[in-house]
Amino acid sequence: MIVAEAKPVSEILAMVKDVKKVLVLGCKGCVTVCNVGGAKEAGILASALRIASRKQGTSIEVAEHTLERQCDPEYIEEVKNIVPDYGAVVSIACGVGPQFLSERYPNVRIFPGVNTKFMGGAVAHGIWSERCAGCGTCVIHYFGGLCPIARCSKSLMNGPCGGSSHGKCEISKDVDCIWDMIVRKAMEQGRLEELLEFRPPKSWATARDGGPRQMIREELVK
Amino acid sequence: MSDYKAGSNLEKVLKAGHFAFTGECGPPQGANIEKLKEKASHLKGCVDAVNITDNQTAVVRMSSWAASLTVQQEGLEPNFQMVCRDRNRLAIQSDVLGVYSHGIRNMLCLSGDHQRFGNHPEAKNVFDIDSIQLIKTVKVMRDEGKFMNGQDIDVPPRLFIGAASNPFAEPYDFRAYRLAKKVAAGADFIQTQCIYNMERFREFMKRVVDMGLHEKCFILAGVTPMKSVGMAQYMAKQVPGMDVPESLIKRLRGAPKGKVADEGIKFAVEQIQEFKEMKGIAGVHLMAIEWEHKVREIAELAGMLPRPTV
Ligand code: SF4
Ligand code: SF4
Repeated sequence: MIVAEAKPVSEILAMVKDVKKVLVLGCKGCVTVCNVGGAKEAGILASALRIASRKQGTSIEVAEHTLERQCDPEYIEEVKNIVPDYGAVVSIACGVGPQFLSERYPNVRIFPGVNTKFMGGAVAHGIWSERCAGCGTCVIHYFGGLCPIARCSKSLMNGPCGGSSHGKCEISKDVDCIWDMIVRKAMEQGRLEELLEFRPPKSWATARDGGPRQMIREELVK
Repeated sequence: MSDYKAGSNLEKVLKAGHFAFTGECGPPQGANIEKLKEKASHLKGCVDAVNITDNQTAVVRMSSWAASLTVQQEGLEPNFQMVCRDRNRLAIQSDVLGVYSHGIRNMLCLSGDHQRFGNHPEAKNVFDIDSIQLIKTVKVMRDEGKFMNGQDIDVPPRLFIGAASNPFAEPYDFRAYRLAKKVAAGADFIQTQCIYNMERFREFMKRVVDMGLHEKCFILAGVTPMKSVGMAQYMAKQVPGMDVPESLIKRLRGAPKGKVADEGIKFAVEQIQEFKEMKGIAGVHLMAIEWEHKVREIAELAGMLPRPTV
C-alpha cells in the first residue's frame, strides 16, 4: 500500500487560514489501512481544526466526508454537489487524491493533509517499512525476492557496500541492510552463484527518471 | 610498452614486481590550492601514486579531477577517485574522458558514502550505477572503445582501474566474492579499507589467494596510522565496517604520555613489514588522513624509500 503520515495540524491551519468553510476529505484506501486518512482520521482532523481555529479567534466551519477512493474519477465525482460549497478541501488521501480533486474541481482550493511517504506495509503494529520504489521494471527475482533498488540506500545491484555492519545499513542502526539479507538468504539456500553474476546497469527509463509515467492498456480503453 | 593497459607509474611499478606504495590526499574544503600543493609536497618522492578523494564522507570539497590535475602539475601521479553518489552515467563517462585527456592514468571506482552523514544531508543522490558497474564501464571504454550505450568512442580513455575492498564489512563470507566480482568486472588493482585486525585480514587473504584473485589483480593493503586513543575509539565505534580490535586500543593506551602517535606509527610500520611478506599483497595504500607530513617518516621507517623508477 501507499504509506502516509499526517501533517501537523498547525501546518494545515496555516494553509486554510483565509478560508471560511473547509471540507476534510478522507479515503477508504491505503491511508485508511495505515491509520492516517480514513473516516476516523477525517473526523479527528476536522475537530482538531475546529478547536484550533476557535482558539485563534477565527471560526472556520469544518465538515468531513470520506470517499471509497480518491484515485478514481468515479468516486471523485460523488462529491460534486458538496465540494463547491466549500472554499477549500483538505484531502488526507495520498498525493494522488488531492491532485484528482484539483483537476476535477479547479475553482476550489485543494490542500494536502498528509505527507505521502512510500510504497510498503506494516511490519509490526505501528511500524511501516518501504518495499518498492516503483522503478517500472521489477528485478527482485535476481535477489531472492528482495528489492535492493528500494531498500539498499545506494540501490546497489552487485552486493553489499563496505558500510554494512551487523545486518544494518551504514546510514542508520535503525535501517536494515537489505544486502545482508539477500546474501544470507542466498547462502542458506545454496544459491550464492546467482549473486556472483554481474548485474548490468539498470535502465531507469521505466522509472520516474524517464519522465512522468502513463500506462495504456488498449484492450481496456473504451 | 604495449603490454600496459594505461602506462601509469603505478601500473609500471606493480608490473615490474615492486612492492607498491600509494598515498592519499583530500582536496581542500574551498579553493585553497596552496594548501593542496602543500599537502602534496609531503608525499612527493614517497609514493608511487596518490589517491585524490572525491567528496569523501559526502562533504563538499574541491572536485577530485581538478585536485588530481593540480597534484599532477606538482609532479605526483594522481589516482583519481570517483564515487557513484554524485554523478549519473553521462557525467561519469564525460569525466572519465576529461581526466584521461589531461594525462590522468589511474582511477579508483567507488560507490561512495551515503550523503546522510555528510554536510549536505538534504541532497538528492544519484547511484545511477554502482561501483562494480562503474569498473565495467571504464573497462569497456578502455578496452572496447565503447560508451555504455554501445556507441564508439573516437579516442578511448586508457585508465588503470582500481577498486576498493572492505574485508571487515559484513556479511564477512561474501567479501572475497565481492572482490572477485570487482576483478571480473575489470579491476586491475584493489586498495583495501584500513586494516587493524590483522588476524581477520590474514584469513581474508587466505581465501583471496585460494580463489587465485591475487593473480588477476594487484592488492594493496590499506593502512591508516592511529594518531590517538580517541581516534581509535571513534573508528571502532562510529565508522561502519571498521574493525579496530580492543588489543590495539589497549596498546595505544599503554603508550607513555605524548607517545601515543608514535605507537600508532610503530603499529603501522609493523603492519607494512608483515604485508611485504604476506602472500597476495602487492603493496600498501597509506591513508594518513590530515597527517601528510608524517608520510615520509613512515615510509622511511617501513623501508619503502627510495621509490623505484620504472
Ligand atoms: S525492482 Fe523496482 S518494481 Fe521491483 S520491488 Fe524494486 S523498485 Fe519495485
Ligand atoms: S549498508 Fe547495505 S543497505 Fe546500506 S548502502 Fe550498503 S549495501 Fe546498501
